[in-house]
Formats: sequence, structure tokens, C-alpha cells
Amino acid sequence: MNNPPDISQDPKEYEEYAHGIQKHVRGYLMVGALLLTFTAITVALSYVDFGTRKANISIAMLVATLKAGAVAAVFMHLAAERRLIYRILIFTGFFVLGMFWLILLAWYDYPIYR
Amino acid sequence: MEIPYTISTRPDTGLWNAKIGIWLFLASEVMLFGGLFSAYIFLRIDAAPGTWPHGLLNVPVGTMNTAILIMSSVTVVLAWASLKMRRYRAYWWYMLITILCGVIFLTVKLAYEWPQKFEHFGAYIKPEALWKYEKYLGNQRRTEKGLEPRIEITGHLHSQNAKEYEVALDPVNAEPDNPAMDRPHFFPLPVTDKIANIEKEDVLRATMFLPTHNTYFASYFTITGLHGMHVLGGVLVFIYMWLPVSKRLYQRNPEHLANRVEVSGLFWHFVDLVWIFVFPLFYLL
Amino acid sequence: MDASTSIETHHEPHGHDAAHEHHELGWWRKYIFSTDHKVIGIQYGLCGLVFLFFGFCLMMMMRWQLAYPGQAMPVIGKWLPYIFGADSMPDGKMTPDFYNSLGAMHGTIMIFAGVVPLAFAAFGNFVVPLQIGAPDMTFPKVNAASFWAFAVGGVIMMISFFVPGGAAKSGWTSYTPLAAFSDTGPGHNPVFNGQTLWLIGFIFLISSSLLGAINFITTIIQLRAKGLTWMRLPFFVWAQFVTAFLLLLAFPPLEAAIVMQLMDRVAHTSFFLPSGLVVNGAPVSISGGGSPLLWQHLFWFLGHPEVYVLILPAFGIVAEILANNSRKPLWGYKSLVFSVLVIGFLSFIVWAHHMWMTGMGSAVSAFFQTTTLLISIPSVIILSAFFISLWGGSIRFTVPMLFATAFLPMFGIGGLTGIPLAFNSADLYLHDTYYIIAHFHYIVAPGTIFGLFAGVYYWFPKATGRKMNDFWGKVHFWPTLICMNVIFLPMFLQGMAGMHRRWYDGGQGWTVSNEHTIWGLTGFQWNQPISWAAWIMGLAQIPFIVNFFWSIWRGQKVNDNPWEATTLEWTAPSPPPHGNFIHTPVAYRGPYEYSLPGSERDYTMQNEPVEPAERTRRKPPAEPVLV
Repeated sequence: MNNPPDISQDPKEYEEYAHGIQKHVRGYLMVGALLLTFTAITVALSYVDFGTRKANISIAMLVATLKAGAVAAVFMHLAAERRLIYRILIFTGFFVLGMFWLILLAWYDYPIYR
Repeated sequence: MEIPYTISTRPDTGLWNAKIGIWLFLASEVMLFGGLFSAYIFLRIDAAPGTWPHGLLNVPVGTMNTAILIMSSVTVVLAWASLKMRRYRAYWWYMLITILCGVIFLTVKLAYEWPQKFEHFGAYIKPEALWKYEKYLGNQRRTEKGLEPRIEITGHLHSQNAKEYEVALDPVNAEPDNPAMDRPHFFPLPVTDKIANIEKEDVLRATMFLPTHNTYFASYFTITGLHGMHVLGGVLVFIYMWLPVSKRLYQRNPEHLANRVEVSGLFWHFVDLVWIFVFPLFYLL
Repeated sequence: MDASTSIETHHEPHGHDAAHEHHELGWWRKYIFSTDHKVIGIQYGLCGLVFLFFGFCLMMMMRWQLAYPGQAMPVIGKWLPYIFGADSMPDGKMTPDFYNSLGAMHGTIMIFAGVVPLAFAAFGNFVVPLQIGAPDMTFPKVNAASFWAFAVGGVIMMISFFVPGGAAKSGWTSYTPLAAFSDTGPGHNPVFNGQTLWLIGFIFLISSSLLGAINFITTIIQLRAKGLTWMRLPFFVWAQFVTAFLLLLAFPPLEAAIVMQLMDRVAHTSFFLPSGLVVNGAPVSISGGGSPLLWQHLFWFLGHPEVYVLILPAFGIVAEILANNSRKPLWGYKSLVFSVLVIGFLSFIVWAHHMWMTGMGSAVSAFFQTTTLLISIPSVIILSAFFISLWGGSIRFTVPMLFATAFLPMFGIGGLTGIPLAFNSADLYLHDTYYIIAHFHYIVAPGTIFGLFAGVYYWFPKATGRKMNDFWGKVHFWPTLICMNVIFLPMFLQGMAGMHRRWYDGGQGWTVSNEHTIWGLTGFQWNQPISWAAWIMGLAQIPFIVNFFWSIWRGQKVNDNPWEATTLEWTAPSPPPHGNFIHTPVAYRGPYEYSLPGSERDYTMQNEPVEPAERTRRKPPAEPVLV
């Protein structure tokens, strides 16, 4: 799904441009409906037992990631964003996941004082 | 003195200044909530069996709040699209709905969900006294089934004196051996009128469901509190962009207003994004 | 003044939001709540210097206790209790709690209210837009907000000294459980106590840095002048760019952790408090279940990038001054840029080397030891490039050059002494000893702070139109350099002998400090010459302070480019007007075109067009573009 193009200063191109945005509006509404549906799915799935606690959490997080991805790609226009923004976000993602993962690696070495 | 590329894009990057600025800010917010989520993960890993509660939050209300926030995400992007199409009236209505959704979200959280928790009471029983309250905990059956032990009695605190608490029990403690109580319910069950008297000397720790009660509530209130502050901030910015002062900016330079709305909209979507993860982690799992 | 300072290609509808040169701003908008990057830079600079001085005074007080433990402080000992409260220094003798406060606040104020605002915010704000040919930062109002957040945070930190119980005293690292229970109980206010105010003040300081970082990154990406490609940027701009990213991404997890520690203190949560805690003989009524190590991880996730925040701007300043005063280009520009980017990246994945003593397993330790050793490589590359840059140069020892040259061996010592600490086995012995104090102080004190002094003397003429006095600059430099080494060199040996840091009695009560002699003195006895060197160094700063203020009004007037430098800030008037440049600069060449063959002068400024005659001697350069 593409970003709506930058608005032209020329009033003559307005009509065409405004019509182009309409198509994106449909897309926004569809994704909105999708998100609401997936919210219902998330809740429903949480009452299904997938065996281990890990599995339950993983499935819920998978659905959440899909929803988050839809918000990011469509509502936040990320699917058609510039390379610079992608680079910033990829580094951020790497560092935040690295932070989780590295702390997790060390976590089981410590005694737990319950 | 004009700062270049406030509205027009710089040719080589293809971006205008505030677009980069807001994404940088959102990157830092990812790290901020990342820190909070990492606390959630490690506190949950470390929680002793029976200390990390499930099913204490109102799922229907939480689901409704999630839906409201999603709707507001849709309306804010429609507001931006309306501005880009130069339809100010439509923009004004969509922005109003967005603001109202945000206000409803906050009101539900602060005036209903949180106070509900503050009135809910929980007493952790000392390990050596658990046998005395077996009729409220049902641990014999739970150990047979391989489930986590129950070490807490919850409900509404009727009264207390120097020696004991008088508690109207939650269904899970009123019928501990009922298999229906093993899983959380979608519709929260009301507190029963079965009363239990809990000796204070058997109690390890007893408080209302405040941040201090256990690490679950500590994380819940901190994360939803900080998230709520972000919602409030977004709502205030949207109100500013909806007031008549915005009409003047629209008349002077509609693209400038559109950019400002886009930037605030990006922030708002991020706030929605965080909630998409908060909701299952605290309400469902 | 030319109104067309923007570089847009088509006409913009004229917005009246930004402050104009058409109407005069009132005194408050011009000097106090200004949105001009130069004013903000100077505000940061002055506040930073004041905090630096205050942090220095805290250290001088500590040094009395270390050299003469238990003895009443002469002269000022009578007056300090009036300032810091009667409990701090009864009869002029320092209490252990007050010593701990001084230690914690010395670290916090020096780092977060002194060096970072100076190195990053003050120099960055003033110089970077000028060096890239921009009229201001991309977000001037956000810039002002970031300064005022810093000011509020700094004030809160200062206020914390005057509340009952005194300032925070759990180290600048604020480890729980101590930090959660310190400053609580009878005699302490639930919110207005030192430790809680420390946390609140920190939130303001962090927010200030985040806003500043956003501004810097966007400005450097978007507002570079025509022709100023990435590889034509002065190294100072690269250093600030990477520093901004470090602040942007590393600070927030600490901000989250600080909010959580605040909750632990104020709402009695147990984010960082394990079960079974007993405080003052009684079990505490908290839920427990938290983890002190979680705090350490989140703290050091910032803590390590923070030390690169402290050094990278100084690298940048030194680079500019070395090139300028050796009259030749920096050696290895590409490797410098590459190294600073690699340092930025790696600095996020080395933090647990501050936690070797916490019992991590061998796999995780091996990972962090490896990344820590790897990160030393680009640092050595940068230092080596600086040294090699001097080779064959026409070196002139101006006052900035004295500081910049001294930076090199001083940072060298600091950096190299860090290598043993990359090994958890060696750190087992050295952790929390004076070796560590010596290591990091060598980097920050005769390292970064020398870089900052160099920058002050170097860019003073651009900000004021006058030079600082050379003679008094040298009087400032030499004693400071000598004293720095007298203070910190013996500390390595004290540390290796086993003396611990944060000992209130300076080690007097510990056998390890009184057993062996190092160069004739015991570890404890070394505290005395070190303290005297510290106090003499304090005196040596007086010429700097007087010189600084006197030269603003009475310094020797100079032209726009007294150092005959090549970078774009020297094409602007001194001091630059609102909007900075009379004609928007265009860059035609690299940043260090000193001693260009065939040129009349020994420097060629970045905005000098390339003559046809020049073209035949080298590859034809690309047309000025926005890339």
C-alpha cells in the first residue's frame, strides 16, 4: 500500500489528487475492521489451551505482532516510507531485542530470592 | 529566518524535518516501553508459583477500550487524509471523534478500572498456615492436577479488627474445587456473599490491589499509568489542533497543518501499538 | 541582512510562526527564553560550567576526608554545616552519610549536569549548525524546551542537598536495595528527600537529552548546506551525530528504570526488591519478588553508551583543533568516520562489563568480554589517527592546541588501562578499587575536560569576537596537566594494592591500605599528596574563570577567522547574527584543506570554489549537490 503522494501546489491537480486519496481511505477502513476482528480473535484464542504456557504466550504475541504490523505499515505509512526511517527503526529494533535477549541469557545464572 | 524543509521535502532524503523528528522520538519511545516490558518479562519469570495472578482484570472492559483506541487510530488517519484532500469540515469531525475516543479510554481506565482494583482485597497466606484455609484454596486438588498452588484469598474486605480480616470471597475462593475456577472467565464473576474470617497471624501480607500488592500490579499500574500519560498528551495535542486556532493555520498554510496532524497521528498510532501489546500481556495471559 | 537564507527550490507560503528578524524580540525572548541555537548553546555552556565547578568543589571536600579522615575541615568547616545542615558536618568533621552524598552527587552532577551538557549540548548547539551552514536547528522551540528541562533537572539536584537527610547517597549508580530504602523513615519527607529528588531530577535531565538528540540528528541530516556531503562533514559533526544516537536510544531504558525505582520508593512496589529483605533489623512489608539485578542491567544499558557520550564530542573537538594547529588535513578521515560509527554501534552491547561481579555465567560473560575488547579497536584507531595527524605538521602551540595535544596521551592512558577491565578475571580483583576510579577519571578529566577547555579557548572568538588571553591560558594549562597526573596516576597503584573506592575513611581503617608501600608511601598515605594536588588544581582554575569572564568584555578583538581555520563556522561573522550567515554557504571541498599544494595561503576554506587551475591537478570534483 503506497503512501499518498505529496500534495501538489498546483490547484489544477487537486481533483486527481483528492480522488487518489479516496482509495487510501478505503484501505484505512479495511485495516481498521481487520484490527477489530483480530482483537476479538486475540480474546477468543486466550481461552483456548495450546498446551504449554509458552505456547499460549507465543500465539498471543504473534497475533499482537500482526496487529502492530498492520498499524505500522498502513496507518503509519511505513510500507512506503523512506530508507532513512527504515534504518533508524531497524537499529532500534536490534537494540531493544538485543537488550531483552542479552539480559535473558544472563537471567538464569542468578539465584532467585523469592 | 525560515528553517528549510519544514514543509517541503529535502530532495536527497525525501523527508521533511518533523517526519524524521517524530520517528526518532518514537524510536526512543520503543526503547522506553522496551525497558518497561523487559521488567514485566523478568518479574514474571521470577514470580514464585501462585504469585503471578491471572484473570483479575476485566476483560470485556479492556476489550472495549482496545476497540475504542483502534477506532481512534482509524479516525485520526482519516482526519489527516481529509486535510490532505482539503476537506476541513470532515477533518474537524474526525478529529473530534478521535479526541472523544481518547477521553473515553482515559475515563474508563482512571474512573472505572483502576478504582475497581483499589477496592479489591487480597491476603497472601503464610506457607505454614495454608492447610488451615484449604477450604478456600483447594490446593489438594490443584496439586493432583499439576496446577499452580493458590496462596492468596481475594474478595471484598468487609471489616477488620486486631485479630482478623472479614472478607466476602471471590468465586475462586468460595468454590475452589470447582473446575470452572481453574481458568479465568471472560465475564468477571461478581464477589460472592460467602464470608471468610482470616486470622491476621496467618497472613503474610494483605493489601488492596495497589501497585504495592505484588509485582504484577506494580507493572500493571506503572505501564498503564505511563501509557495513560501518553494518551493524555496525545489528546491535549489533538485538542490544540482541533480548536479554532487550527482553522487559521489551515487557511494560511493547509499543508503545514496536515504535516502537524500527520506527526501527531504517528505518535497516536504508536500509543495504540503499545496498547496492542499491553492488553494481551496483562488482561489475557 | 539577506532574507533568502532558505534553500528551498520553490516559493513557500510565508508562515509567520518563527521569530523574524523584522521585529525586535523583548529582552526575555532574546536572552532567556531564546530559541536561537547560539544563545541556547551559551546558556548550556554557562550552566554546565557552573555545575562542573560545583561538582569539583564537592570533590575537593571529599579529598579532605580522604587525606585527613575524622579531622575537622579547616576554615570552611565551620561554615559548611550552615549550608548543608548540622547533621552533615558536626564540628566540621564529615559524617559517613555526608561523604557518601558528596560521592554520589559528585558523580551525578559532573556527568549529567556538567560534562554532557557542555560537551554535547553547549558545543553541539553552538557549533554544529554553523559548521553545516544552517540558519539554526530544525526545531528551535524544542531546543529551548530541552535547555529548560535541563535547568529544572539541575536545580532539583541542587535542592536535594538542602532537604532533611541531605542529598542522595547511594552512589551515582543508585543500586537497589540500598537506593530504595535510603533517605526513608523518621526525619525524612516521603517525597522531598535526597534520593527521591535525585530520581525526579534525573527524569528532567534525561528528557532534556532526548529532545536535544532528536534536534541534532534531524538538523545534521536535513540542514547541511549545498555541497556538504556526508564525507565532507567536519569530524566534530560526525562525533555529535553518533553521540546523539547514543543518547536517543540508550537513555530511555534508564528512564523506565528510574520511574520504576521511583515507584519502589513512593508507591512501595517491589520492582527491584527481592523477598526477605530486612532493614534496620525488621523485615520490610513489601511484596518482594523483584530483582536488584534488573536495575543494574537497565542502568548500565545506558551507563555504557553514556561513557561514549562523554568522550565522542571531545574526540570531535580535538580533531578540529589538531588539524587547525598542525596546518594539515586529519589523517585517515574515512577510518575516523568508520570507527566512530562502529563505536556507536558496539557501545550498546558491552554494558555487562560493569557487572562482572554479579555472577553471570561463562557464556554471557564471554560474549561481553569479546564485544568489550572489540570496541577498544576503533578507539585505538581514532587515537592513532590523531597521533599520525601530527606527523609532518607545522605545529603551533596555541592554548587550544596545548589542551588538545595533552588530551592524546591522557586519553591513551585512560583507555589502555581499561583493557584489563575487559576481562572478568582481572576485574574480579580490580572491581570497585581505586584502579577503576583512576581509569575512568583519566578518560574524563585530563581527557574529555581537556577537550572541553580546548573547545572553549578555540571557539570563544567565534562566540564573542574576542580572544581569551594566551598567557593566562598557559598558566591555566600547565598546573592543571601536572596536577591531573599527580592525582590520578598513584590511584592506579592504590587500586592494584587493593584499596577500595567509596571508603569513607580513605582506607585508613583497612590493613590493605597500610601494609605495602608504593614508592615509599602506603596506599593510605598517598591520599595526602593526591588531595593537595586536587586543591592546587582548584586554584589553577581561577585564571581560567577570570580569563573567561574578563575576555568577554575586554579580550583582544579579533577578526572572523583568527585561527585561520577551514570549516564553515569561520565564514560567519563573530558573533554570528540571528540566521548565522550573510550569504548561505555552499561547500565545495572537504573540511581540512590546509596546506593545499599551489595555494597562496596555508588554508583553504570549505566554501571557496574550486578553480579551474586546481581541477587539472586533481580529479574533477562533482558539482555541489545535496547528498
